[in-house]
Amino acid sequence: MTTVTGARHGVAFWLQLGFTLLVCMLLVAPMLLSLLAGVTENYLVGIESGLTTRWIAEVLRGYSDTILLSLQVALACLAATLVLGVPVAYVLARRGNWLTRLFEELLTMPIAVPGLATALALIITYGGVGEFRRSWLFILVGHVLFTLPFMVRSVLAVMSAVDLRTLEEGAASLGAGFARRFFTIVLPNSLPGILSGSLMVVTLSIGEFNLTWLLHTPLTKTLPVGLADSYASLRIEIGSAYTLIFFVMVIPLLLLLQALARFGQPPR
Amino acid sequence: MIQSGIGSRVLALALVAPAVAVFGAFFLLPLARLFVVGLSGPEGWRTYAAVLVEPRYLESLVSTMLLAAAVTAVTLAIAGTSGLFLARNRFPGRALLVALLTFPLVFPGVVIGFMVIMLAGRQGLIGTLSEQVAGQRIVFAYSMAGLFLGYVYFSIPRVLLTVMAAAEKLDPQQAEAARALGARPWQVLVHVVLPALKPALLSAGAICFATAMGAFGTAFTLATRIDVLPMVIYTEFTLQANIAMAAALSFVLGIVTWLALSLARSLAGTSVAAAA
Amino acid sequence: MSRDPLRFEPVPVRLNACAKTFPGGTRALEPIDLEIAGGETVVFLGPSGCGKTTTLRIIAGLEQPDPGGSVFFGSEDVTALPIERRNVGMVFQSYALFPNMDVAQNVGYGLRVRGIDRRRRDARVGEMLAMMQMEALARRRIDQLSGGQRQRVALARALVVRPRILLLDEPLTALDAKLRDGLRLEIDRLLRQLGITAIYVTHDQGEAMALADRIVVMSGGRVVQIGTPRDVYFRPADPFVADFVGTTNRLQAQAADGRLHVLGADVPWAGATGPLAVLVRPEDVRLDAVTGQAEAKVTTAMFLGDRTRLVVETGTGETLSIDAPGRASFAIGDTVRIAIDPDRLLAMPL
Repeated sequence: MTTVTGARHGVAFWLQLGFTLLVCMLLVAPMLLSLLAGVTENYLVGIESGLTTRWIAEVLRGYSDTILLSLQVALACLAATLVLGVPVAYVLARRGNWLTRLFEELLTMPIAVPGLATALALIITYGGVGEFRRSWLFILVGHVLFTLPFMVRSVLAVMSAVDLRTLEEGAASLGAGFARRFFTIVLPNSLPGILSGSLMVVTLSIGEFNLTWLLHTPLTKTLPVGLADSYASLRIEIGSAYTLIFFVMVIPLLLLLQALARFGQPPR
Repeated sequence: MIQSGIGSRVLALALVAPAVAVFGAFFLLPLARLFVVGLSGPEGWRTYAAVLVEPRYLESLVSTMLLAAAVTAVTLAIAGTSGLFLARNRFPGRALLVALLTFPLVFPGVVIGFMVIMLAGRQGLIGTLSEQVAGQRIVFAYSMAGLFLGYVYFSIPRVLLTVMAAAEKLDPQQAEAARALGARPWQVLVHVVLPALKPALLSAGAICFATAMGAFGTAFTLATRIDVLPMVIYTEFTLQANIAMAAALSFVLGIVTWLALSLARSLAGTSVAAAA
Repeated sequence: MSRDPLRFEPVPVRLNACAKTFPGGTRALEPIDLEIAGGETVVFLGPSGCGKTTTLRIIAGLEQPDPGGSVFFGSEDVTALPIERRNVGMVFQSYALFPNMDVAQNVGYGLRVRGIDRRRRDARVGEMLAMMQMEALARRRIDQLSGGQRQRVALARALVVRPRILLLDEPLTALDAKLRDGLRLEIDRLLRQLGITAIYVTHDQGEAMALADRIVVMSGGRVVQIGTPRDVYFRPADPFVADFVGTTNRLQAQAADGRLHVLGADVPWAGATGPLAVLVRPEDVRLDAVTGQAEAKVTTAMFLGDRTRLVVETGTGETLSIDAPGRASFAIGDTVRIAIDPDRLLAMPL
């Protein structure tokens, strides 16, 4: 679809470029404003009131536990989705029958079903198990359900693209048994998918709110839960500084993900 | 390994068993419990009927669906236009533009809500600008309009990426063939490009619709007074402690979003098959 | 426009100093001048990246030539016209059929965008499908067609609008060998029958020889030779053409005093003198136990059915491909005597 007809562009090109830039501004403007507000002494007065890091320091003082818990949940979620998801993707890639397709369909349901509903269902079923309900593992379970389909899809996409069957038959013809093939052929060739899936899982887990809001307890607050608190009850500068910290955590992951998508595609 | 025979099947089962166990125990079983709890209230099965009969719930369901439909239509128009443009043209700064346009992809609903406050809230950009230009402060963040803005904001990146990926896979020779036959640019767009993008637009639109139906964080941040279905569920659960009603409403909401996605997937699937 | 649906106006095409430099400075095409007569079939032949497709796209109006270049259809300068206003028929390697339309809708698309009413459109589409013997496929979806059928639909779609010229971009490359031969015959018949000016791009020398009135051999963005298939095959302009069009052996030779010393023997010679490279085709090397000038040892014998392709090593240490009759049989290590008629040798400067 690339039209490379020299450097001359028509009116249509400039109109569409202008429109796209406008859309981009709509998306970026509030991000910039909130970054600015996070380091402004008094947002109502404006930038003239001076720049400061005290709001960021205040957030780090008051909410560092939420940041740490979010990281802890995200990494645990990553480990769980790797252990659970990669074998599933492998089986889906190698065996296409009605049963595996059904399972694939079911696995994606937690994306389709609103997080609120899933969280409610979890509370109704396991809310009575006090130890479990009060621990951070309760949140982890929700995050694993929500992120697992992303891991499976990402790995499956790469596995389907590299023609795993032929590679494995080649390895088997050379005498490699299943375990050896899985670790020396399957995993290395699926690495781009595993990497992008991992980034996706960590990013989504750090930002998850719909499930977490119902699953958390006063002692298990994650970053987005803290964000919601700060938006509701604290001054706009603190909410902004908190958001700034969230951006700093998430945007590098997103940029990595995009770079991976651009350069990590298997050669055709 | 997994070719045929008993050994391979056992191995396949062993590989999926952990995921099946976790998924069954923490998703399928709770979902079934949710359905049963929805029946367990004093009204029995009528709890489910109330979703469609009682004006408060029905209105909420209808207005949520209307909101989601409007968000879907507007997002498809905006992101479709920009996505197609970005996929078909190469120019300096394009990569940066794409990166900026996809940032909100991973923002949680609460952050989206905060972005809406930054744009249309009491101290927001739109208010400040409108006060300077027209002398009147326009504030709409804490209403259905604010929620609409937030959902469009959130959905643009995903639709944009889907449209771009699909447009880059199109065979450029099809558009060239249409042009060779005398088609003008708009005819190429309407007769060739958009039909080829239909599966992508359908699936992106369905995800957009489902997200707007079920999202909670944005509404939660903007106000508790917006009566979209997720907010009603939350209120039933926490304030009214009407667990049966909350369960029934959640179940219905889940069914609606899941149906929207499945429907789009099967529609997109058949047209994908026709294009192969 | 003629009333006979099977005859086209023969429109000549002229390229004046058409060059193409892509953004970034890559020169895809050196300036080319070319006259194509009305009704002629010209084939652009060359390896990928030689500029043949770029030339075709310039003629089509999908690419603009660099400033100074111009394209004429008859006496009309079409350089500034985009493809949609040039009225050309174009057939693509990937068929480029529209999957959202059935066969008849695809064929009728050009008439539809020209605003021709449905009744006349249906009539002309029916006529076209009948000519291509595809009436039965009219309501098929594109994914229900074989590759050969798809390319015939693409041909019908390009022709039904009565284009001024027909452009074919590697139309047979995506097909398997058997289908390719069949469709090649059909395209040949069609082009002769219609009398339309046709420009055909391919990297396959067999296709080029079979279809072309004239072949334009290209390499590295330049035209290397223009000529009839016989010219190009028997009198290649340089070793590249000789090698690209068919197989050739390249031998070291020395010419002096009306004799040419090649393969350790002397043959009569009227051409250039001095050290030379001479080219000879495998089918022009004879096996002749009696009059053969040189002895050689068989290193490879490949039975191809209609012939046996031998690779032999001569006493001078040179390797030579030879076509022997299919029924003769050879073993590796056999000694053969080979003979070359001097008039089959083509001298190239070293």
